[in-house]
Amino acid sequence: MATEQAPPTVYHQLRAQGMSRRGFLQFCAYMTTLLALPASAAQDIEQALRTKPRPSVIWISIQECTGCSESLLRSFEPTLEGLILDQFSLDYHHVLQAAAGRAAEAAREAAIKKAWGKYVLIVDGGIPQGADGALSTTGGRAGIEILQTAAQGAALIVAVGTCAAYGGIPAAAPNPTEATGAAKALTELRDAGKVSAPVINVPGCPPVPEVMTGVIAYYLAYGKAPPLDDLLRPVPFFGRTVHDDCPRLPFYNKGLFARSFDDEGARQGHCLLELGCKGTVTFNACTVVKWNQGTGFPMKAGHGCLGCSQPGFWDRKGGFYAPIA
Amino acid sequence: MPPSPDTTPAGAAPKPRRVVVDPVTRIEGHLRIEAETDADNVITRASSSGTMVRGIEIIMKGRDPRDAWAFTQRFCGVCTVSNSVAAVRAVEYALGYPIPPNAEIIRNLMMATQFVHDHVVHFYHLHALDWVDILSALQADPAKTAKLQQSISPWPNNSTEYFAGVLAKLKGFAAGGQLGIFANGYWGHPEYKLPPEANLLAVSHYLEALAWQREIIKVHTIFGGKNPHPSFVVGGVPCTFTEAGGATGVSAQNLRLVADLIAQMQKFVNEVYVPDTLAIASFYKDWGTRGEGVGNFISYGEFPLGPDWNDPQQRLFPAGVILNRDLSKILPLDPEDPRQIQESVAHSWYDYSKGRQTPLHPYDGETVLRYTGPQPPYEFLDVDKSYSWIKSPRWRGQPMEAGPLARVLIAYAAGDKTVRGLVDHALQQLGLPVSALFSTLGRVAARTLETKLIADAMTGMYGALMGNIQQGQLETFNDILFDPKTWPKKARGVGLMEAPRGALAHWITIEDGKIANYQAVIPTTWNAGPRDANGREGPYEAALRGHKLHNPEQPLEILRTIHSFDPCLACAVHIIDPHGTELVQVKVQ
Repeated sequence: MATEQAPPTVYHQLRAQGMSRRGFLQFCAYMTTLLALPASAAQDIEQALRTKPRPSVIWISIQECTGCSESLLRSFEPTLEGLILDQFSLDYHHVLQAAAGRAAEAAREAAIKKAWGKYVLIVDGGIPQGADGALSTTGGRAGIEILQTAAQGAALIVAVGTCAAYGGIPAAAPNPTEATGAAKALTELRDAGKVSAPVINVPGCPPVPEVMTGVIAYYLAYGKAPPLDDLLRPVPFFGRTVHDDCPRLPFYNKGLFARSFDDEGARQGHCLLELGCKGTVTFNACTVVKWNQGTGFPMKAGHGCLGCSQPGFWDRKGGFYAPIA
Repeated sequence: MPPSPDTTPAGAAPKPRRVVVDPVTRIEGHLRIEAETDADNVITRASSSGTMVRGIEIIMKGRDPRDAWAFTQRFCGVCTVSNSVAAVRAVEYALGYPIPPNAEIIRNLMMATQFVHDHVVHFYHLHALDWVDILSALQADPAKTAKLQQSISPWPNNSTEYFAGVLAKLKGFAAGGQLGIFANGYWGHPEYKLPPEANLLAVSHYLEALAWQREIIKVHTIFGGKNPHPSFVVGGVPCTFTEAGGATGVSAQNLRLVADLIAQMQKFVNEVYVPDTLAIASFYKDWGTRGEGVGNFISYGEFPLGPDWNDPQQRLFPAGVILNRDLSKILPLDPEDPRQIQESVAHSWYDYSKGRQTPLHPYDGETVLRYTGPQPPYEFLDVDKSYSWIKSPRWRGQPMEAGPLARVLIAYAAGDKTVRGLVDHALQQLGLPVSALFSTLGRVAARTLETKLIADAMTGMYGALMGNIQQGQLETFNDILFDPKTWPKKARGVGLMEAPRGALAHWITIEDGKIANYQAVIPTTWNAGPRDANGREGPYEAALRGHKLHNPEQPLEILRTIHSFDPCLACAVHIIDPHGTELVQVKVQ
């Protein structure tokens, strides 16, 4: 590829746009905490952001409800505007990008060409395999084909949301569109060595925004995926159940359960297990990172956890109000 | 090696003068527009196509109706409250299930927050770039921008230094050479009419609105646990009121935050959104005669205000239908009358058992996927045959526009004094006649004005909730019919709702405690649907006809009118097989 003038580093960009050195260090420290890294990692992140150019990010949407993009819009630290202006170059994203039609597709193609082998590919929505791709098209092209083409030049693939991770709601029984997750849709290409980028699943319906942005920040700092579990989830965010850190846990331990919404037990903060809460079997960061700048999470307000970051949660026997066995 | 930029598409041979916009970006979901133009680049026929399907209503069949809200919520993550509320209302209507007044008020507060959030995000982040040239902002004089800001509102971020800061940020970004989401925009297109300082003002508010929106949405988190996709429950709302200091439930401190967030909504709407809309509109008055559409409008009415929560007269927005722009008559509407609302699939990729030419009422709705379009990759759809995953809803055979303009027109026609005052004042400021409402510009203005109306009304909603709490009325949930064992063997009902994008209804049939049939007709189904069996265009298609494109390679005019409807495609596409027959195998022709 033709050599071009080196693009400015993230640090350069942040400073040029008025972020103080102190603010920059605070940002690095926050990311370290968020990712549950040892304190020394702040230096790694700082060093990486000082020296690396803003990576290209390509976000493709296939069978999406746009809840994952909306969730990204709610990220408090880092903020979306901070991310897209300072930290990475969001080169393709249906919901936000200015260009439409052919100009939009050209932007994606140009970004793929320019950053071949280096870009971060984010996918949201399930991937329908039925009807030869006609169940989700963009620019006349099948969603699955767009994914498979873009995946081949990616350095990292992040499947955001339970749909892109495991198929999600379109894959719920009877899965009328033969939907699946990104990792599965890329199996053949990965087996053939044509897709070498690691796939990270960031499930949740939608995922906690800071978990999405935290994963990207980790990649910015270390140039690789954070440690993943067997469901390809980043361990720092999916190592504990939401039950483990739930404020209703003391009541669970005492055997005190709400029997109805808004009964006396519910008002006292008793555990919502009997009302169908799936928190004991759901791995996510909702009760630690919390939603909307630490404002809450479903069990805080009063509804049980739907289990929305678990594969197959839509088909769990008995539905959302049946207590788990 | 990277792949070649584009694979050569198969499909039909190129026809002359067909402008394709796919993807239509800055919307929710997958929308494609094919527009045929004459020698002067005037659109003679437009075709609107939804190009993604999931089949959520097939998936819902046989499930617990109390779970419906969570499934329908995932129709759309943008208007994340709307389809949940429609679903719980449908089940409650079917069962005759009364809910406590506090639950009505909390749902109102969540819906109102959704409207205010959604409309502002639509204006700044989805629609603005059709009117605002972001690169032109680089030429702005910050002092002049400050003067402009000071002349239109008391909003505090109005100093030369402030705008100089935004400009520096923007320049730093542009100089980096990585334009990201702003790459390949139609910058410099002669249809952009704002002076550089107005562009800089709008860019500043684009960034401010990003910060504002993630703050004010906390109303959803307080009552529903998170956003996007907060929690709901059939029979009320899931949150409880708790003593101060409780780690769970809604505390007094949370309620104070709600009051503060409402104030933030009102301030931003009154001091930024409304004045910006009027300022920008003043440069685009020619759009007050373009993009009308079908001239028929539908609304189910919204925001029950009590004390009789079921009385259609006691709502912030009235229900009804306006036909042929006639503001002297509001026609009554019955969503359960089989002759009124019907859906056609004549140009959609579905089959009907009685034939594709016969439209069906949603209670009798049936759909079987039948893809007959070209195999991807394709260049053009066959718009004389079927060309969309969206059906074509009709009211007494007529296409209807749903959305803010419909709501505002119906309230205006009903003589609502507040709405009349807001609309007349705005028209007077712009020097435009009432007929200018029937346009792309009218749609944009109606959205802004109803946002003000709703944000202002939140003060009363909040006051009513606090009044109840002070009187010791804390109930948020009624458990009388929550257990499916208490239900009749068969029940059916409709959940009506005004979503930010317009009239939304869910029809449910319950049998033996399970969902036997579920059908949703969504605002974007009304607006984006294809032609019907009689060849009548849907609102998008009608609105685009007659548009002159300055440059067909840069179809900015199409984006302006389509975005003025605020499309939400994932919502619009839905399918159900109510008779329990197996879904017919999806086949490519």
